[in-house]
Amino acid sequence: MLKIEDLHVEVEGREVLRGINLEIGPGQTCVLFGPNGSGKSTLLATIMGFGQFKVTQGRIFFQGKDITNMPIDERARMGIGMLLQRPPNVVGLKLGDLVKAASCQDVDVSHLAEDFRMKAFLDRDVNVGFSGGELKRSELLQLTAQNPRFLLLDEPESGVDMESIDLVGEKIHDLLYDTKQCGREKENESVSALIITHTGEVLKYIGADCAYIIRDGKIRCSGRPMDLLKEIKDKGYGECIACRMVKI
Amino acid sequence: MQNGEDLRAKAKEALAKKGTYGKDFELDRYDAAPRDLSPVDDLSEIPDDVQKSMVNVGILPSGEGRSGSMLFMDNTVVHSSTRKVDGLEMLSTRQALAKYNGLKEYSWRLVSPDKDKYTARSFLEDADGYFIRVKAGAKVEMPVQTCMLIGSDKKAQEVHNIIVVEEGASLDILTGCSTGKHADESLHLGMSEIYIKDGGKLTFSMIHSWGKKTGVRPRTAIQMGANAQFVNNYVLLRPVDSIQSYPVAYVNGENSSVKFNSICVSHPGSEIDMGSMAVLNAPGTGAEIVSRSITMGGKMIARGRLVGNAPRVKAHLECRSLIMKEQGITLAIPELEASVPDVEMTHEAAVGKIAREQVEYLMARGLSEDDAVGMIVRGFLEGGIKGLPDALKQEIDEAMSSANLGN
Repeated sequence: MLKIEDLHVEVEGREVLRGINLEIGPGQTCVLFGPNGSGKSTLLATIMGFGQFKVTQGRIFFQGKDITNMPIDERARMGIGMLLQRPPNVVGLKLGDLVKAASCQDVDVSHLAEDFRMKAFLDRDVNVGFSGGELKRSELLQLTAQNPRFLLLDEPESGVDMESIDLVGEKIHDLLYDTKQCGREKENESVSALIITHTGEVLKYIGADCAYIIRDGKIRCSGRPMDLLKEIKDKGYGECIACRMVKI
Repeated sequence: MQNGEDLRAKAKEALAKKGTYGKDFELDRYDAAPRDLSPVDDLSEIPDDVQKSMVNVGILPSGEGRSGSMLFMDNTVVHSSTRKVDGLEMLSTRQALAKYNGLKEYSWRLVSPDKDKYTARSFLEDADGYFIRVKAGAKVEMPVQTCMLIGSDKKAQEVHNIIVVEEGASLDILTGCSTGKHADESLHLGMSEIYIKDGGKLTFSMIHSWGKKTGVRPRTAIQMGANAQFVNNYVLLRPVDSIQSYPVAYVNGENSSVKFNSICVSHPGSEIDMGSMAVLNAPGTGAEIVSRSITMGGKMIARGRLVGNAPRVKAHLECRSLIMKEQGITLAIPELEASVPDVEMTHEAAVGKIAREQVEYLMARGLSEDDAVGMIVRGFLEGGIKGLPDALKQEIDEAMSSANLGN
């Protein structure tokens, strides 16, 4: 579904990704681990197509099509959707209007928002003054309306309070597996995901097939998500990567 | 008080006096637009293209949901009607001057005939317009709509309006001003004198939609008593040659408040010089000026001036402007003046471009770049202005969708 070949990416003239190769099949969920500043968010933002991230080498394929230079909105319409870690404030734009505009078909925005405990926020300016948990719920509400086939989730559990974490986890679960989402049952298509997580909290709610550790802009090792998570927690990134490299 | 002859002499002298701001229009190039058009009993009987011009500026030819309607075309009141609403009176200015012995309390008292050539010309031409009064205590629920249309090319429309909201009364006015399709190169001179007495409330919302060669010189002043409220909403989204306006509110009674909201888009070739001024002369009065503008390649000047002359005055001025395209020029001029110590007056001004991060965020939700920019700009223009009437919001939405802002 997604295939990345030798991807090099610059941000403000500095090379952040240095030759990433990655393949994620239909229905597959992969997790990205890595220390801060390793290039995880850059990878997701580059797949989405954000302008600040310049591809200097390599290619990105989605559903067999080269999307390396495709505009963001076309990628979104092909089915790529992203939960941003720090989405921008948009003063004057009501969340309800954005959810409506993002919807893949006519959805009852008010009804949908209730499920995310976001109904009271529909008349608020997008992201303005939202708490950590509210931001994630807002992002997931928008994504659910958008109904992507490929999810890019950048630290979906960060900054979320205990009260919201179950809701956030359940909604990510639904995005991946709920066949009642608009249009899905007809196409019988499974959803894939690439998820950045530090704590692995999100893995309590969904299953993941594979995991990668990124460091200094390269994928340093791969493995089963829970195994890698345990090693990182026990030994830290440095030792974990060193150990794996020896094994490889 | 000066007698009429004195005023006429002064006004004649002032015909040579250029306006303080904005480019100069040679008045000799514009004959007065016709004063003798045929009246129309029902607005829905007027030609379709004229009706369309009215709808574009928020005026409903059906008069539905309105307490009254007036159409002023060229220099003729072609239609004036009101429902039976207690305390509401609407006449042409000339009718009112005749009926009320020259309206000496109100006519040419807030706007000086010799202020500049535009006021002078309107005074000397004995400009007609509307006189709207709400009698003490009357609350007019549905808005009154007034429409100023220029139907003749290379002509001047001269308007003199008087609004009186008496003690404890309240009124909403929706005004739409526009040019017909053959009247592009014309001049609109609009004099408005607004009186809001103790405890009175007035919301005055105006949509302008002129031709690319139209010159517009409104001259507006508001006088307020105690515990009075005035809200002025101004929207200009379409191309114009030059508009220069600087309405001033004299807040003379305690605890009164005034709010000026303006939303402007300056297109290539347009010069928009839009200001708002509040002179707070009584204790405990407040003012808020909120200006949102974008330039699509035209010139945009946003002025604002707050004057605090009494204790416990609280006032804020906010000018924000976006430059969407090259060659656009924007100039924000916020001014604060205080003559007593116990005042709280603030201003903020910001000029910038639309944040790329916001556009891309919306594009990641599947919106095209044009749609994303349109939504953000619409939010920018409407944001911060609370209680904008639906007619204005609709006009903004329509203008934004046709303006192709993303390119």
